[in-house]
Amino acid sequence: MLTIKGLSKTYRTGDSALKNVSLTVPGGQIIGLIGPSGAGKSTLIRCINRLVEPTSGQVLLGDIDLTRLGGAGLRVQRRRIGMIFQEYALVERLTVMENVLSGRLGYVPFWRSWTRRFPGEDIQRAWALLDRVGLMDHANKRADTLSGGQRQRVGIARALAQAPELLLIDEPTASLDPRTSRQIMRLLTELCAERQLPAIVNIHDVPLARQFVQRLIGLRAGEVVFDGPPEALDEAMLTHIYGEEEWQTNAPEEDDAPPAPAMPEARALAS
Amino acid sequence: MSALNYPRHWKRPPQIIHHPGWRRALSVAAVVYLVLAIGSLEVDWQRVSIGLERGQRFVMGFLQPDFVSRQRDIVSGLSESLTMTLTSTVVGILISIPIGIGAARNLTPRPVYLICRSIIAVSRSLQEIIIAIFLVAMFGFGPFAGFLTLAFATIGFLAKLLADDIEEASSTQLEAIRATGASWWQMINYAVEPQVLPRLIGLSLYRLDINFRESAVIGIVGAGGIGATLNTAIDRYEYDSAGAILLIIIAIVMVSEYVSGLVRKWVQ
Amino acid sequence: MNEPQHHSPQHYSQLWQWRTPRTKLLLWAGWLALVALFVWCWQVMTQDTIWMFVQDAPSQAADIGSRMVPPRWSYLPELLKPLWDTLNMATLGTLGGVIMAVPVAFLAARNTTPSVALVRPVALFIIVTSRSINSLIWALLLVAVIGPGLLAGIVAIALRSIGFVAKLLYEAIEETDARQIEAITATGAGRAQVLNYGYLPQLLPAFCGISVFRWDINIRESAILGLVGAGGLGLKLQASLNVLAWPQVTMILLLILGTVVVSEWVSARVRRAII
Repeated sequence: MLTIKGLSKTYRTGDSALKNVSLTVPGGQIIGLIGPSGAGKSTLIRCINRLVEPTSGQVLLGDIDLTRLGGAGLRVQRRRIGMIFQEYALVERLTVMENVLSGRLGYVPFWRSWTRRFPGEDIQRAWALLDRVGLMDHANKRADTLSGGQRQRVGIARALAQAPELLLIDEPTASLDPRTSRQIMRLLTELCAERQLPAIVNIHDVPLARQFVQRLIGLRAGEVVFDGPPEALDEAMLTHIYGEEEWQTNAPEEDDAPPAPAMPEARALAS
Repeated sequence: MSALNYPRHWKRPPQIIHHPGWRRALSVAAVVYLVLAIGSLEVDWQRVSIGLERGQRFVMGFLQPDFVSRQRDIVSGLSESLTMTLTSTVVGILISIPIGIGAARNLTPRPVYLICRSIIAVSRSLQEIIIAIFLVAMFGFGPFAGFLTLAFATIGFLAKLLADDIEEASSTQLEAIRATGASWWQMINYAVEPQVLPRLIGLSLYRLDINFRESAVIGIVGAGGIGATLNTAIDRYEYDSAGAILLIIIAIVMVSEYVSGLVRKWVQ
Repeated sequence: MNEPQHHSPQHYSQLWQWRTPRTKLLLWAGWLALVALFVWCWQVMTQDTIWMFVQDAPSQAADIGSRMVPPRWSYLPELLKPLWDTLNMATLGTLGGVIMAVPVAFLAARNTTPSVALVRPVALFIIVTSRSINSLIWALLLVAVIGPGLLAGIVAIALRSIGFVAKLLYEAIEETDARQIEAITATGAGRAQVLNYGYLPQLLPAFCGISVFRWDINIRESAILGLVGAGGLGLKLQASLNVLAWPQVTMILLLILGTVVVSEWVSARVRRAII
């Protein structure tokens, strides 16, 4: 279980990216984090495993406060948190298998990782994960020879190789086509369900988020402005999250809910 | 999820050389070479251990440089080096521009191209110091031979890069200007010059830098400059003066790199 | 033909200037200053030149030229051992230089240095020092310090290579993809593991390319280090020059030329294979 208390982040330039964010993620729950670009979604996720240093507040994983750790202690805790990236962030010149095994780096001593002699259980686990994401035959290929969807599967396998207790997922589908996006989201939700794994998904595509997650959190200018089930997210709320003007110029053709929200996103991206 | 049915082993496949026999042969060859090469070194360890004490003195000299006692030699050596650098770079650029244009395949007829390219090849394949030896033998000791050496080396360097640049320059622009009925000179002026000039300025500054460093070397064979002063200082075991000279060289190189960086940014 | 009235040329000024008069003036002043500087430098440089020697140069050149041909082919067997020494000097020197350059490069790169304020300037100073001093000068110093011989040459080549390799390598380190590094860091990997899995794969091709490139340059340089007593072909060149044995000089120069051509070819092949 993850608990965030009063988390704030102010960059050295004076921009405040997060303002007093508090939330709790119980086991097995997938949370979708929505909001316009620059709302602090990415910063929030990175503050949890401290790829970005928070300015103040607490991040409790179980009962350990991650914000107080340093050096080795932080590395041990990072093992418990798997992360999946927007542009896959695979090490492109390594093989698929090495990329998956790199999820075990926090567990093995340096000489083992240097000689690529990982423990037998780690290798078994890596094979099992590659099988699960459907890439058994690609283990010996270099990561940069794979397609986008395949790369993201490797990224998922790498995160799960850590045997994490929490998944942080940063825009998993932003670089993928709509069909592959769906497949990846389905795979992620299945995998989380299998393991009772809590996850925070930072996602641009609101209809996609509605379809796959149990709870949505809306972030605007670094503040939580919505927290509830997808059904509770109405048009007024979307306007509140994404801003007035863009929303209304695109709203008219909408009947039910899904298709519209893509537009303000595009605007936000372009600006 | 049961992982027990999966293999417990995985070996990274070789990335560059796939055939195991070749891999083994290559590593054996590398080891044999290293053993032979190191074995053929004849090192007089006694001499080296005496030398280490001297090395210490040199390091001390570097840390406490003596700019004063050889000041006159240093100043005259430095002025020779700097004047040599500037004049040779300017003359080198002036000559390398026509040769560079002549060595660009898309602008010149075949015979001119071949002549220019062979001038470049000769200039590039000979080290500055070897050219300096010959020019000193012809023109006598002193900075004039050094000037000629550096100018000759500059031609090879700049003309080659200039010619390659012109050949790579967008041919559509060239055609567009040619289509307006422009003469050969107008074509150079309007289509080639704007594309190549910024880089030419950058390269010239870079060469100025190289020429200064080289001017510190060719003095060793009698072509004047700070190198001659340095050579004398080391021969006399005056390590504090040598340290001072080296520090001056380093400082000038640092300053000129910084300045040329600024100018290049400003030009582009 | 049906051009609207306001497009007719008479309405426009006949004057068009590329630059404003002020920048033009500055430009001319700059050129004038450069010419003046050149003339002044020329005068300072040539004040001690004996022009008689310069006038005599063509006949000197003809004289030396006629003595240089034909090269003394029978001298070749004597040159094989020095050639081997030269190759070893270049190879071992490159190895040593590369090994020392790697830590310097990581200390100099903005994204891997432990301290931008303290360590980085030191690393950059090492790079500048190594780069501004030619290997011939390093050899001159080392021959004075540890005595003539191959060792001085190897150390000279190594010291000169540090700056070159470290500079190109640290630029490559600064250009690595930060997302890949971030991803490895996020798994809880240690510092050494991040270097091994995050940086190394990205840097390896550049690193090999740079090393081979430097090796190629070092072959040229080691061929002449003997001029100051550091062994190899240069030693023979110096000896032949001392006794004015011009046919031998030609032979040595031809051998150097051949070696350089071969090493250039090898380095081009290897670099193409890596990338």
